[in-house]
Amino acid sequence: MTEHNTLAALNAPLAKAIEFIWHEAALLDNKDYAAWAQLWSEDGVYVIPIDPDTRDFASSLNYVYDDARMRALRIERLSAGHSPSAVDAARTLRTVSRFNLLESSGDVVEVTSAQLLFAYKRGVHTPMAAELTHRIRFGQGGPRLEQKVVRLINSTDSLSALGFLL
Amino acid sequence: MSSHELGLIAKSPSLDQLVQDDRVDVSLYHDPQLYEQELEKIFYRTWVWVGHESEVRNPGDFRTTTIGRRPVIVVRDKKGAINVLENRCRHRGATVCEKHKGNATGFTCPYHSWSYALDGKLRALPYPDGYEDILDKSELPLNSLRVDSYAGMIFASFNDEVEPLTDFLGGAKHWMDLFMKQGAGYPIKTQGEHKFTFNGNWKIQLENTTDGYHFPIVHKSFMSSVDEETSEMLSFMTDPQAVTHALGNGHSVMVMVPEHVDLEFDDGSEQLQERFAHVTEELSKTMEPAQVRRIVRSLHGAGFNLNLFPNVAMSMSFFRVLNPLSVKQTEIRHVALGMDGGPEIANRERLRIHEHFQGPFGFGSPDDAEAWERVQRGAEAGPQVPILVNRGLNREVLADNGDKVSHATDETGMREAYAMWKRMMSND
Repeated sequence: MTEHNTLAALNAPLAKAIEFIWHEAALLDNKDYAAWAQLWSEDGVYVIPIDPDTRDFASSLNYVYDDARMRALRIERLSAGHSPSAVDAARTLRTVSRFNLLESSGDVVEVTSAQLLFAYKRGVHTPMAAELTHRIRFGQGGPRLEQKVVRLINSTDSLSALGFLL
Repeated sequence: MSSHELGLIAKSPSLDQLVQDDRVDVSLYHDPQLYEQELEKIFYRTWVWVGHESEVRNPGDFRTTTIGRRPVIVVRDKKGAINVLENRCRHRGATVCEKHKGNATGFTCPYHSWSYALDGKLRALPYPDGYEDILDKSELPLNSLRVDSYAGMIFASFNDEVEPLTDFLGGAKHWMDLFMKQGAGYPIKTQGEHKFTFNGNWKIQLENTTDGYHFPIVHKSFMSSVDEETSEMLSFMTDPQAVTHALGNGHSVMVMVPEHVDLEFDDGSEQLQERFAHVTEELSKTMEPAQVRRIVRSLHGAGFNLNLFPNVAMSMSFFRVLNPLSVKQTEIRHVALGMDGGPEIANRERLRIHEHFQGPFGFGSPDDAEAWERVQRGAEAGPQVPILVNRGLNREVLADNGDKVSHATDETGMREAYAMWKRMMSND
């Protein structure tokens, strides 16, 4: 059974979303941040919250709460070669699965999924497990991310600073 | 066995050899025996910061933490007193609370349901007939530590004979008061925290908060991500008014933004930053211009890092708390601050500023962590090559109040911390 056939068996919005999410995952593992930037809509928001329950990100302290401006600065930081942690960032490999279609209305699809990521740096493998929520608009110019929320299962505990994106 | 361990067995170097005025031995970063002594002679003996009063505002509010390896609960009891209790059941030793924070009416051990009041008293235990005549509940409270606070900062000590907190803080108290002025008339409250670990000794982080020298280098990517006004504000490298004071007892303060040392003082000459225009505009709808200026000028926090030996720094707009996990691993908490009861738009702006620099995905902390881990790894290289803390010895002067003063990029604060380290480690 090919991947194409597997996805074809799913309903169309979910299949399109999965394809998008896998594409995004590969870009992040490859640290192709220029291409990753192109996936976003202008008002898209990228969040890695700390509080496992909050939906009011603006009133909470988050790990990441990026609008377009902050996202552009973040990408610049990770790409420009001046950040010691980004220059020597961990290598990552992630799989995304256990997809669940939350909403599909008009051209907007919202999907949750489970992401298992391993980061490797200087002899140490660091696992990071998270639930992802992608809100994707499938418009004229192609799919664009409206919101991505990454809920780490250990968000309220200590993490390591490893120089990559989730 | 590494060469420095062999060296220790052959002949332990004296503390005077390990810590000199201008250098420290690399074993301070990786000797497990020294680390055990540090726990006993520093962390289990002096005043250690355990929380801020806003974190335990109401009766029953608690947060858990560790001092060295020892788990403790910081809790406000029904009478309003703050207790710091060892998080260990008096029966068989289980922790009685594993939540980071919350509100409780008491703590019940999950193993045999011994239950304790908020002040630590043993209230009840099940099936008491097996203890008739052999156990007096009044003799088995959760162990409590000495507790005192200053300017809302709660400190605890395992040492019953510890000197009064006010004496221990000494010259730092003046700066703690100045720091709290960023509340702009509102009390300071905590607004969440970032926690991360790095593979390095705790003193590498202790040094860093008083290390102005690294800022434009390690944080080049952060500096290029902020607006010109903020970048200008943090350009203290050649500013003669940017100074470090050694304050005694290991404490020190590094002034980076001299005009923001006392935020209550405003001669009106400072232009409010353009990046905060939306905040200024919103506040101006309901507030007097002077109060708007006070709040907006305080958004970046106080213009200095105050380093309190051994585990907390009041660093511009946040608290930095270090917790040694082992000789080669340290947990750092960066606690965000806001105005308790203050305008929401300004408190949110403070959260965004915190997110920008701090935490494992911030624009600053990961680069710090990278530098610190490199120190830990490099310090394994050779026991004969010391760590230098001599920067600015050529221009260190004594101020009228007795503080040693040098430039903010100098290592006067580190020398102060290591002098205290040596003093405490010399005690039996």
